[in-house]
Amino acid sequence: MNRFDYIRAESVADAVKAKASDSQARFIAGGTNILDLMKYDVERPTRLVDITRLPLAEIAERPDGGLRIGALVSNAKLAYDERVRQRFPLLSSAILAGASAQLRNAASTGGNLLQRTRCYYFYDTATPCNKREPGSGCPAIAGVNRIHAILGTSEHCIATHPSDMCVALAALGATVEVEGPGGARSIAFGDFHRLPGATPEVDTTLRADEIIVSVDVPAQDYGQHYTYLKLRDRLSYAFALVSVAVALKVDGGAVTEARIALGGVAHKPWRDEAAERLLVGRPAGLDAFKAVADHILAPAVGRSQNTFKIGLARKAIIRALSQAAAGTPQSQVDKRIQ
Amino acid sequence: MPEQTHTRYGSNIGQPLTRREGLLKVTGSARFAADNHPEGMLYAALATSTIARGRVTFLDVAAAKAHPGVVDVIVPGNTPQLAFDPDDKDSPFTFRMDVLQNDRVRYANQAIAVVIGETLEAATEGAALLAPRYDVEPARMGLDGNETFVPPAVGVGEPPDIDNGGDVDAGLAGSAKRVDATYETPAQYHNAMEPHAIVAQWDGDKLTVDTPSQALTMGQGRIAQLFGIDPANILIRSPFLGGGFGSKALMKGPQILGIMAARRTGRPVKLVLRRDQMFGPVGHRAPTRQTVRMGTDDSGQIQAIHHHNHTATSSFDDFFEPAANLSHTLYAAPALKTTHTAVRLDTGTPLFMRAPGEASGSIALESAVDEMAEACGMDPLAFRLKNYAEVEPISGKPFSSKNLRECYEQGAAAFGWSKRAAAPRTMRDEAGLLVGWGMGTATFPALIFAADARATLKADGTGLVEIGAQDMGQGAWTALAQIAADGLGLDIDQVEFRMGSSDLPNGGIAGGSGHTATAGNAIHAAGGDVIAKLARLATDDQRSPLFGAGNAGVVARDGRLVRRDDESRGESYADILARAGLPALEGQGSAGADQDAQKRYAMHAHGAVFAEVKVDPELGQIRCTRLVGAFAAGRVINPRLVRSQYFGGMIWGVSFALHEEAVMDHRSGRPLNANLGEYHVPVNADIPSLEAILVDEKDSIINALGVKGVGEIGITGTAGAIANAVYHATGVRVRQAPIRLERLLGDLPLAAE
Ligand SMILES: Cc1cc2nc3c(=O)[nH]c(=O)nc-3n(C[C@H](O)[C@H](O)[C@H](O)COP(=O)(O)OP(=O)(O)OC[C@H]3O[C@@H](n4cnc5c(N)ncnc54)[C@H](O)[C@@H]3O)c2cc1C
Ligand code: SF4
Repeated sequence: MNRFDYIRAESVADAVKAKASDSQARFIAGGTNILDLMKYDVERPTRLVDITRLPLAEIAERPDGGLRIGALVSNAKLAYDERVRQRFPLLSSAILAGASAQLRNAASTGGNLLQRTRCYYFYDTATPCNKREPGSGCPAIAGVNRIHAILGTSEHCIATHPSDMCVALAALGATVEVEGPGGARSIAFGDFHRLPGATPEVDTTLRADEIIVSVDVPAQDYGQHYTYLKLRDRLSYAFALVSVAVALKVDGGAVTEARIALGGVAHKPWRDEAAERLLVGRPAGLDAFKAVADHILAPAVGRSQNTFKIGLARKAIIRALSQAAAGTPQSQVDKRIQ
Repeated sequence: MPEQTHTRYGSNIGQPLTRREGLLKVTGSARFAADNHPEGMLYAALATSTIARGRVTFLDVAAAKAHPGVVDVIVPGNTPQLAFDPDDKDSPFTFRMDVLQNDRVRYANQAIAVVIGETLEAATEGAALLAPRYDVEPARMGLDGNETFVPPAVGVGEPPDIDNGGDVDAGLAGSAKRVDATYETPAQYHNAMEPHAIVAQWDGDKLTVDTPSQALTMGQGRIAQLFGIDPANILIRSPFLGGGFGSKALMKGPQILGIMAARRTGRPVKLVLRRDQMFGPVGHRAPTRQTVRMGTDDSGQIQAIHHHNHTATSSFDDFFEPAANLSHTLYAAPALKTTHTAVRLDTGTPLFMRAPGEASGSIALESAVDEMAEACGMDPLAFRLKNYAEVEPISGKPFSSKNLRECYEQGAAAFGWSKRAAAPRTMRDEAGLLVGWGMGTATFPALIFAADARATLKADGTGLVEIGAQDMGQGAWTALAQIAADGLGLDIDQVEFRMGSSDLPNGGIAGGSGHTATAGNAIHAAGGDVIAKLARLATDDQRSPLFGAGNAGVVARDGRLVRRDDESRGESYADILARAGLPALEGQGSAGADQDAQKRYAMHAHGAVFAEVKVDPELGQIRCTRLVGAFAAGRVINPRLVRSQYFGGMIWGVSFALHEEAVMDHRSGRPLNANLGEYHVPVNADIPSLEAILVDEKDSIINALGVKGVGEIGITGTAGAIANAVYHATGVRVRQAPIRLERLLGDLPLAAE
């Protein structure tokens, strides 16, 4: 446990300044990830900037009928917010599929986006890891990789992004609103998380001196036909092996709009817009669902222990599409499948 | 005078009392070892090896010492002198340990230095600053590729190969139906909620330690041996354990290092293991690969069983998971043999973990029996009844008691077993999930260890009962107090009950599911002794209304002795003591194995577990939805606590079958999921509706109280029942625990394809 300074930011500008002036500074929100990383010696910040007092804990209406979710809104508050439940039940469902009640109470929206991979080697400073120590190697590729990625991997890293919430946000086409010394900017959700490529140490396109202030979800109408299906090793308090977020609009049995994103399979929530387009205009049925699944998974590559994810993801996509089309979303309450 | 002329009556045994220390625990006022903070206490943190095999070549001791708040750094070479080589072993209960005796690294997470600081933070950072360098040697991992040998003994001193004299090969050759299957179970780590912790303080040659221990006297002896001091100079306090599961039965290296740190600094020292540091030096359940060969005649009668277990131990010690030996007791077989082989790996030494041997052995045997029943075209329950062992198969001895038939019957009835479809993959629920029903037989030996107890009647007629027994959370504070009260013929609130400290009479081991039998019988005997003395005082005294009642006998009840033949004549304990001018009267009792009875009888608890699982027909996600267990384990002291033990065991069975696994990196030898987020045990959502049926069983041979053990049996039977239910649901036989969905997926096509 190294020594670090603790600073409580009073304003967003304050926070940005405190971070920008020290490259080893880190924000702390709910602390459910950063504190573990510090205990494991993966992160050794010189300065912790506490942002929990910033006025970013509200869910506000956007003029277009969407919602602006403050970066400090807790995962629990977000999941149970009546507006979210009514208008974005997919988001509620995905959040409730994740972690445990205690963690969801503490975890923040911004922190959820920036949580780091659960790759075992990443947390174990006794082993090499390109994400933790660039250039040191990736022991997962020839080692324990059952929980690792099958899409968008590189020879440098096969880690996954572990979030459930982000899978829904990717499907819903959210934007990430950030502020830095140079002002504010908006990042499309699909551009926020990165693929590992040759620089797996960089998880996102957020700059080191920027802070997330909110996540905005545009208005849309997926209240009827959605589902979040999560497959995991135990029925709660486990990360996804594979998860699928689906939001559809169905008119007269045909799909008019489709959003599909996958979790547990890539370095980022995996959305394939070309596959979504395959559905549009087609009857919501098995043939179309299979075509979508096969399209999404065509580039998938399995490793020694995770090849099963390809077949599992295929079935999960088809099941999730069927659930969404039928208007029978996966329940996150009793943890049943179907 | 025959002992039984004096009867003690009580209404305490058999009552479902809630835990007497429950209030302390739920209000946080129960003081666990790490809650102790003696004046001037320092904190010790372990630096642990990141490699699994090799030598430490450098430690930056100067950097650690320079860190503010660091008081001392212990490394090989500056440790206090020990009186006994930590690599020596003088009994199967001696656990070889790493206490900085040299620079060797024998497993990942082995202690390589101890940093002592004024604060935990200083000690922790000091340990990180040591930045060790190593000479790394390749780690030997996995059950394959390393030299296989026959261990000299398995468990705690059983022969590796045992048979009942029958010719197994001939039996198998002559069988009409055969099963030959191999099952694998992974390494598991105990992971009690409370990590191993110690607060040690020396006063000259006297040592006081607060540490969770399942065996105070043994622990005292071990510390005395290592430090060369008189056991009487060592006080171990262990009033509560936050779980033990076997890992706190023997003293482990980190505890000894805490004592060394206190010795070196001359101040009290606290050392608490971090969760990840528990994956190494404090024991684990070894991985197994078990082959069961079994054959039957045309009628489904077993002709032969060979249960072989291939397991692993460390490079430097000798605990071998005796998994095959579970087959000694359950199914009648004219030819039965069990064998063991092992490899040595660069891991910590495995040790007893709740139902050691039995848990791993059971999932293999019960799966094989299920496969055998199917091969014979028989219902799994009918098959088990057909092969019911009337005498213990390995020894031919009769059972001291065995009410397994009743367990099968009551369990099956409660579960609704008769409605089971014979063919696999034919049952569905209303949502279309595949439904599977499986069963397993549970068994666990009824053990008893040596123990002593002291019972005192005080002038006011109340009692005091003392024993160095241990409560690991199983409820000893309550169940033993119930026995103590009945032993004295008093209400439980009139008896002060003390335990959990080594200055009390030796309470034996809280392990092997034998603690209630062990400590309970010692307490029972102590109560009998003091009541007998009291009765003598009264019946010999002309002034007592009981004078001369010695032949008729007296009854001790509600704080009074009364004549057996005329209960209106009697007097209170207080009156008897007052007249005799005694401030108190003390009795002693002891317990231990009855060698003669053990020679003549086989002694085991039994049970039957029925499991329902539901499996998604395409996605393979498994959920255990229902578990019914029926157990016969002799006399029930407290049905609430007993049921809770069965539940705990059954939940562990779910864990064994579906969740638990230490994920090891075979190159580095490191356990990768050494935390409770990723070392999976079931969460509430994974736990089905549980039902535990307490089947009556009287056993007048086993011990005076007629008590068997209930702590471990629940795991046995359950894990196999779940594996069998998964097979019944899906038609896929997974012979590898834990059963993960990918092991089913290939056989679960999309319905529409
Ligand atoms: C045992 C366990 C199980 C879990 N299971 C699941 C699961 O099943 N599914 C799931 O989705 N998640 C799961 N989680 C992860 C959990 O959701 C995340 O840890 C949580 O969302 C992180 O939020 P936080 O506010 O606590 O982040 P913190 O730990 O406070 O911060 C995380 C990172 O984000 C940065 N940060 C935080 N806020 C901002 C901001 N506004 N702007 C810029 N940077 C910021 C911090 O500097 C830090 O680097 C689990 C976590 C644990 C520990
Ligand atoms: S997969 Fe990525 S995070 Fe995991 S070890 Fe490889 S580089 Fe590190």
